[in-house]
Amino acid sequence: MTTAPAKAGWRFRQPSVIPGFGLTLGFSLAYLTLIILIPLSGLVWRSASLGWTDFWAIATDRRTVKALEISFGTAFIAAAINVVFGTIVAWVLVRYRFPGRRVIDAMVDLPFALPTAVAGIALTTLYSPKGWMGALLAPLGIKVAYTPLGIVIALVFIGLPFVVRTVQPIIEEIDKEVEEAAATLGANRFQTIFLVLFPGLAPAVVTGFALAFARGVGEYGSVIFIAGNLPYISEIAPLLIVIRLEEYDYAAATAIATIMLALSFAMLLVINLIQSWTRKRYG
Amino acid sequence: MEVRVSNVRKEFDRFPALRDVSLDIKSGELIALLGPSGSGKTTLLRLIAGLERPTRGTIFFGDEDASNRTIQERNVGFVFQHYALFRHMTVADNIGFGLKVRPSAKRPTRAEIRRRASELLDLVQLSGLEKRYPAQLSGGQRQRVALARAMAIEPKVLLLDEPFGALDAQVRRELRRWLREIHDATGHTTIFVTHDQEEALELADRVVVMSQGRIEQIGTADEVYDTPNSPFVYGFIGESSSLPVKIEDGQIWIADRPIGLATPDLPNGEATLYFRPHDIELLDECNGCIAGTVAASRRVAGTRRVELEIGGGRERIEIELPVGHPAAQKSRVAFRPKRWKVFPKVDQA
Ligand SMILES: Nc1ncnc2c1ncn2[C@@H]1O[C@H](COP(=O)(O)OP(=O)(O)OP(=O)(O)O)[C@@H](O)[C@H]1O
Ligand SMILES: [Mg+2]
Repeated sequence: MTTAPAKAGWRFRQPSVIPGFGLTLGFSLAYLTLIILIPLSGLVWRSASLGWTDFWAIATDRRTVKALEISFGTAFIAAAINVVFGTIVAWVLVRYRFPGRRVIDAMVDLPFALPTAVAGIALTTLYSPKGWMGALLAPLGIKVAYTPLGIVIALVFIGLPFVVRTVQPIIEEIDKEVEEAAATLGANRFQTIFLVLFPGLAPAVVTGFALAFARGVGEYGSVIFIAGNLPYISEIAPLLIVIRLEEYDYAAATAIATIMLALSFAMLLVINLIQSWTRKRYG
Repeated sequence: MEVRVSNVRKEFDRFPALRDVSLDIKSGELIALLGPSGSGKTTLLRLIAGLERPTRGTIFFGDEDASNRTIQERNVGFVFQHYALFRHMTVADNIGFGLKVRPSAKRPTRAEIRRRASELLDLVQLSGLEKRYPAQLSGGQRQRVALARAMAIEPKVLLLDEPFGALDAQVRRELRRWLREIHDATGHTTIFVTHDQEEALELADRVVVMSQGRIEQIGTADEVYDTPNSPFVYGFIGESSSLPVKIEDGQIWIADRPIGLATPDLPNGEATLYFRPHDIELLDECNGCIAGTVAASRRVAGTRRVELEIGGGRERIEIELPVGHPAAQKSRVAFRPKRWKVFPKVDQA
């Protein structure tokens, strides 16, 4: 902790005594500009050529709005599901020793490695009404393939490693003594986990959520197979962009992309703020 | 609460961390566990807290076998060496945790918990830091929060694992006196681990000296310092010099000369003589003494430490002389220990 009181207002944090602050900051800015900012501003600039009225018309087009809703909604739900189950998976992998643990640990990374289209095709075969899972669910009246539910499942698959891999090291770091301290103070196992351990994981869980969510919003390959891509029902925004491109409607494509960009940026910014707030508290 | 440790053995994968340890602690006592690293101090403390189960033997709380009770039910306050504070909770929440997790029938109200926490903060002299997080505290402050947290549950027994281990000498001394005061004020039965003998001797009612999983000696500071009962305790507590000797007909011999000390009870054979460097009398003439040549001499505070070569330089021992004493410069010094002890040689199997 620095001794400076947390006074309001923007201020540079005192750079550490290690030299190179100016150099590294300069490099980082230049690099980010080159890699991220220039391509993205190209996007914004391109859509700006559209003019405000046209832009607004595309933005409020029902198909666009629906596609954005589906993209962000399914990504959010999938990230939320991943947060719960990814944390449990990470917990089990760290805390228990069982035969096959290494194999499962390695399996978690598969969604990273697999071409997303392969994942999409595999999931579609599984969940289509004639597939293994689809056939089981059909009598219950649950349709997965070609619905938003299918999109959520694909995104859960894609996003899982993000949560597991961010939470896992933090669970590994948990001091055994902290749990023991809780026990000697009279906390039962349930209280120890929910009052002591999980709150300590919060910053990592938020990071995992952000990554899984961001990935989900931008995901294309695995989703288009299982989604069925029915406009207004299961058509995601990235697909709509591709459709517009194929129609040579570059302006519309970039407009939708710009909206996605703005929304994503806003949400990630909020998540980052939450994060820095929790970090500041827990140190 | 009395704590009785009865013939306890603890193995980790066949490795005996404690071998047959027995210890009776009276209610309200302040006990120090003292011993070198790896001697089993932490293990003994964890067994009492219920964080480990003994391989053999029993621990009694009062008359009751403690193994019938879970960790939660034992109601011991444990202060960990590295504090183990909950870092996402404020100081006040850390301290109130033990009260908050009580079953609802026994749980105080929120306001009551807050009041208790600030009372304890006063006790550990940290008033006003309720809202801080552990990351915003100094080491000594964290230590005191950990202690307050352990005391909040009104423990029957308070266990502290090297409570002052990570702090500088100045703070240690302060906290030491302060722990004694708190102990006297609250009257908890307290056991603390240390490998600082000064801390143990100064603070504790009784000191338990441990080595290699065994208790070597239990006694007051005076007892363990003045009448150590084993070579280990002699060597570990305070300073000591030792010499290999021979016992013949109740007389102690060094090489081929008796040194004027008698131990009628010990059998003939090889043995080791222990004494404190300062507990000696210098002799002018030697009919029955230890004699040696001065090999080195250095000034230590108010006295002079002299290193003597005995028996042609095969053994070196230290004795303490007054600064101005002429013997310090003489090449040959004769002396006899005033207080000493001989331990027969045991085969180091
Ligand atoms: N969980 C464990 N598994 C295996 N061996 C252990 C375990 N805990 C302790 N030991 C061993 O038991 C012995 C006693 O350990 P303990 O922690 O009680 O020592 P200590 O007296 O507290 O030492 P220190 O002063 O260094 O803290 C050591 O040799 C240690 O290696
Ligand atoms: Mg220890």
